[in-house]
Amino acid sequence: MTEESHPASRPHITVRNLTMAFGSFVLMRDLNFVVSHGDVFIIMGGSGCGKSTLLRHLVGLIEPAKGEILYDGFNFTKAEPEERERLLRRFGILYQSGALFSSLTLIENVSLPLGEFTRLPSSQIREIAALKLALVGLKGFEDYYPNQISGGMQKRAGLARAMALDPEILFFDEPSAGLDPISSRLLDDLILELRESLGATVVVVTHELQSIFTIGNNSVFLDTETRTMIAQGDPKQLRDHCPDPKVRRFLTRGSEQPIAA
Amino acid sequence: MLQDRAQSESGSFATRRTPEGGVIIELSGRWLLEEGAPTFASLERALKTGPSFAQVSYDTAHLEQWDSSVVSFLVQASEAFKLSKAAEDRSGLPAGLRRLVELAVAVPERSGAAQGPGTREALLARIGTSARALGKSIPESLAFVGRCAIASVKLLAGKARYRTEDLMIVIQQCGADAAGIVTLISFLVGAILAFMGAVQLSQFGASIYVADLVGIGMAREMGAMMTAIIMSGRTGAAFAAQLGSMKVSQEIDALTTMGISPFEFLVLPRMIALILMMPLLCAFSDVVGMLGGAAVGVGMLDVPFGSYYRETIHAVSLTNFMLGLGKSAVYGLLIAVAGCFYGFKCGSSSSAVGDAATGAVVAGIVMVVVACGIFAVIANVVGI
Repeated sequence: MTEESHPASRPHITVRNLTMAFGSFVLMRDLNFVVSHGDVFIIMGGSGCGKSTLLRHLVGLIEPAKGEILYDGFNFTKAEPEERERLLRRFGILYQSGALFSSLTLIENVSLPLGEFTRLPSSQIREIAALKLALVGLKGFEDYYPNQISGGMQKRAGLARAMALDPEILFFDEPSAGLDPISSRLLDDLILELRESLGATVVVVTHELQSIFTIGNNSVFLDTETRTMIAQGDPKQLRDHCPDPKVRRFLTRGSEQPIAA
Repeated sequence: MLQDRAQSESGSFATRRTPEGGVIIELSGRWLLEEGAPTFASLERALKTGPSFAQVSYDTAHLEQWDSSVVSFLVQASEAFKLSKAAEDRSGLPAGLRRLVELAVAVPERSGAAQGPGTREALLARIGTSARALGKSIPESLAFVGRCAIASVKLLAGKARYRTEDLMIVIQQCGADAAGIVTLISFLVGAILAFMGAVQLSQFGASIYVADLVGIGMAREMGAMMTAIIMSGRTGAAFAAQLGSMKVSQEIDALTTMGISPFEFLVLPRMIALILMMPLLCAFSDVVGMLGGAAVGVGMLDVPFGSYYRETIHAVSLTNFMLGLGKSAVYGLLIAVAGCFYGFKCGSSSSAVGDAATGAVVAGIVMVVVACGIFAVIANVVGI
């Protein structure tokens, strides 16, 4: 993996005219944005505006009502199932609750993708899985079942599983939800660390302001009222210079914004 | 009036008209939820008796204690006054109470947000709605069956992804672990069949034919049927609950986005296990049922066990026995598909998991009985 954290212009994920709808109910329309290689891209917006739904569209769990999603110029929305599966193997996803398989131990959880998609012998799979668990600070918990560890640890184990196949893109759904401030800070550090060391692109759904400013260098803001995105760019820039007062209010936690545009 | 409310009494109100065409509402006593407080309806009645009014104010000099009961009362009143365009002056209320009321009426109800406590639709409308829902669920279930079929083809081609460990665990759960209850039920069903037959047959002195009745009945129909019903309640429900809670905790999403088909990984092992285990359980059930019949025959009808045994062997043909086993494999498939379908369809709450389990059992039993009927017709036409 060569050091290419900031080529800044090569688009990794391109979303074109995406409309998300459930039946006749349109959740968001006309989403257009680009995530570059190495970005930490934040999807933000108020509660219930469709952030997580957008993430589920990006990873193909929900089909878009309209529009398309491209990865490195490759059309994911129109891809054949086999091609889509191949692409999915380059993703790592951390779900809100961790989504560990409750019938498997932590190491079995992390080993599962390795066992399914590599030709490694099982002893080596175990070594690699143990390494991933160690990376997220869960050394020694290999043989625990998910219900025997705390919520924060489940999330970290979920991250270890998401990283199992050295993904090119890591998706995080509300990583700090339900974590205490210190754990959530540690998780932020871990995300940044992973981006640096794996050279991965990171997409994070969150409304945690601290995280947004600490880790994000690009973002999109979804607005419930207009049912579309109303801002995009570096969250720190948006906080100070976004022309839309709604975005500035969100990013300053509702306090008045003296630096009006 | 003042004397009446001298001691602290439970909450009450009085209305007083002013010469300027206004109303003063006097609140007094202790307005507490646990003691019960006047309802807004009683205020409405009181106000209706007099002439219409343009201003409302409050007098709370005698209000001793209050909680949400008075807030709710005032909020309802406030909404009514707004509708009748009467000017409301809340300055007579205690400061805390006033703030709460203002807080509650500050945000207008979001239009369309209210869902109403189940406005009853007309019968025709309800029939129409459920017919449309049924129409929608047909392609959904067809899609599920189709995906199961694709996964099965992949299995035959040796390309399906599932863990052998998982398959073994499911086989144990729906095979050996179910043997106990299958034994109990089958023995009793065999005994009941024997009793029913004995009542009629002993009138002709043909008690020995109880063996034929129980043997053929168990091998051909009851063994497969009873096992299927037990497994539907036991294993079908378990499948739906397992997959349903995996759906709730996003484990199924995680599999999908890992590039592992949940149909291969979760549904296939369950289907294989039930299709393999049902005939075994059914054969076991047949034998235990015949033993149950023999117990009645030997114990009550004084048929010697040897004769009972020979009569059974003579009566039950291999065709009957194999027909029962074949049917049970089909029942196994139906139960597994129903269980997994309802598990996958599960909503994202814990009560939805319960609904999924219920749905799986009901659908499983219905499908088994319908299939049993179809088999009976086919067997009749073919002549076996």
